[in-house]
Amino acid sequence: MATLEIKALRKRFGALEILKGIDITLEKGGFLVLVGPSGCGKSTLLNTIAGLESISSGEIRIGGRVVNDLHPSKRDIAMVFQSYALYPNMSVGENIAFGMEMRGVAKPERDKAVAAVAKTLQIEHLLQRRPGQLSGGQRQRVAMGRALVRQPSVFLFDEPLSNLDAKLRVDMRIEIKRLHQTTGTTIVYVTHDQIEAMTLATKIAVLKDGEVQQVGTPSEIYNMPDNLFVADFMGSPAMNLLEGRVARANGEATIVLERSDHPAIVAPIPASANAETLVDGAKVIFGIRPEAVNDMESIDRNAKTVVKFEAKVEIVEPAGSDTFVVTRAAGKELTARMRADADLKVGQNHTFAFNLDKAVLFDPATTQRI
Amino acid sequence: MSAGDLITSGPSREPARHSLTTRIVIYGLLVVFALVYIVPLVVMVNTSLKPLDEVTGGNMFALPQHLTLQPWIRAWGEARIGVSETAGIAGYFANSIKMVVPAVLISTVLGALNGYVLTKWRFPGHALVFGLMLFACFIPFQSVIIPMAVILGMLGHIGNELKDATGWSFGFGNSTVNLVIVHVVYGLGFTTLFFRNYYEAFPTELVKAAMMDGASFFQIFRRVLLPNSTPIIIVTVIYQFTNIWNDFLFGSTFAAGDNAPMTVALNNLVNTSTGITEYNVNMAAAIIAAGPTLFVYIVGGRYFVRGLMAGAVKG
Repeated sequence: MATLEIKALRKRFGALEILKGIDITLEKGGFLVLVGPSGCGKSTLLNTIAGLESISSGEIRIGGRVVNDLHPSKRDIAMVFQSYALYPNMSVGENIAFGMEMRGVAKPERDKAVAAVAKTLQIEHLLQRRPGQLSGGQRQRVAMGRALVRQPSVFLFDEPLSNLDAKLRVDMRIEIKRLHQTTGTTIVYVTHDQIEAMTLATKIAVLKDGEVQQVGTPSEIYNMPDNLFVADFMGSPAMNLLEGRVARANGEATIVLERSDHPAIVAPIPASANAETLVDGAKVIFGIRPEAVNDMESIDRNAKTVVKFEAKVEIVEPAGSDTFVVTRAAGKELTARMRADADLKVGQNHTFAFNLDKAVLFDPATTQRI
Repeated sequence: MSAGDLITSGPSREPARHSLTTRIVIYGLLVVFALVYIVPLVVMVNTSLKPLDEVTGGNMFALPQHLTLQPWIRAWGEARIGVSETAGIAGYFANSIKMVVPAVLISTVLGALNGYVLTKWRFPGHALVFGLMLFACFIPFQSVIIPMAVILGMLGHIGNELKDATGWSFGFGNSTVNLVIVHVVYGLGFTTLFFRNYYEAFPTELVKAAMMDGASFFQIFRRVLLPNSTPIIIVTVIYQFTNIWNDFLFGSTFAAGDNAPMTVALNNLVNTSTGITEYNVNMAAAIIAAGPTLFVYIVGGRYFVRGLMAGAVKG
């Protein structure tokens, strides 16, 4: 049985519909990341799960129990806020114990629970301090401690790392992942950062304009995006999306990517796509991740289908661990992620290769994957 | 602080360089205005410490020849106030305290609750309600006197009926209670404005976190908002205290004779038409009357400025 079930959830503010029928389930111990651009409704969705905002229709179940009209404190959840929302007038220990105090837990029991959580998060030495005396990372830990101490069925995280600097964000990301692995808690996590989404999640839900675009494992979302939006949103640098056309000859369908300065690239239909449905001359969007574009030496040796082509190098961006090379195909920039010591000169022609095992096709009219 | 901070913020911390003449003009003006404010106080204190013959016969700036506290003692406990039988201003001082303390406390607590609801528990029409409360700040005292008198008259009737029925009026019709009601109603607009602006900038996530922690409406107010409201509480208390303590119009209209507050008594003492005018006693009484507000300003003044700034900038 799923710990969290959301069915046909809608949320309206007057005539404006913020959430347009959301269906998501999350198993016990799962880590669901809600990701999407700002204004997509991901924070509203989290707030409706928390009970901080009412819903217009639909159903939310936590641990099998419908919680639609339950007060936030009765839903068996805990939340970590973006600003941490630590009570500035209370010490760290009092902050963590506040919820138990409100529920009438006796002082010795509270102290024991606080001590246990403080030990898990290594904040024992901070218990007497005020939140104002803590660093960003310490506050983050205290906020997690306040959630942990309740031992809820579901943890809710609302962009918890967005206030931290880049390095600390990576550290805390690992910390959250470790926390999830060691305690086996169920987590719903909102972020607009697709790297956080990829690294933390066991399940990702990509939202746009109040609708779920795709729900799946990070690998499904990354390798098999359901539509152009997901393909473009997830991954950095973004997936190359090139306009092509289907050519059918002797029953064999191929994809043709026209180029102005070079002969067109002709590639077989990627394995991910259903070749039968493609008619001759149909327009398609050919999607391929930058790491599936490389030179012949570095292309994946296990790749089943590889297509070679010549292209002029336009820009070389050494990024330390990789070198990003920008060239041109089908009228658009085509980014390749190559090894750091790749020796390419701007303006030279170079032989590139597509790993077609990793390519996907989209219908430009419906934006859906074929 | 890191070295980077020191370098970038260094130059801006240098005080602006002014020429000698500019500085003479600035300090000269400051001295002039300081004198304008301090001279009346000096004259009052000086006069209140002289015997009457020195006051009537001498220069008002001359220091006392025979230092005496007699005028203070007379003002406090012996001077005749108007036609009243009560001697001295002591009783009226107590009236004022009995009026000010509850009026300030009630209006501050209600203002804080209003601000809390208007920012953190918004309801349809909250902007209109706040607009109307704000409007209350601009109603002149004079225009509410007659309607207020009618309402207080009704309360007086209720008091009489209760007294007939139970033997006790429950405070209805008591003029000190009446003044408390008047000042609470009149002050509510201001206290609501102060607290609403302060709580507008108060992080809503804290309220949400407390909700998730299971705190009730009043628990959130008492445990989360109030402990973080010290600056605005001090601003409100000072503002309300000075306004209510210094009020003369409501006091003279709604409380007569022995129930009058300090300000009315001071007026009756000074404007007496019988006997000789005891300037030294009048001065002592005036200083006593101004004492509590001075005290409140000196104790809470620095918070007052800080709180006003916080409200102004963030709100």
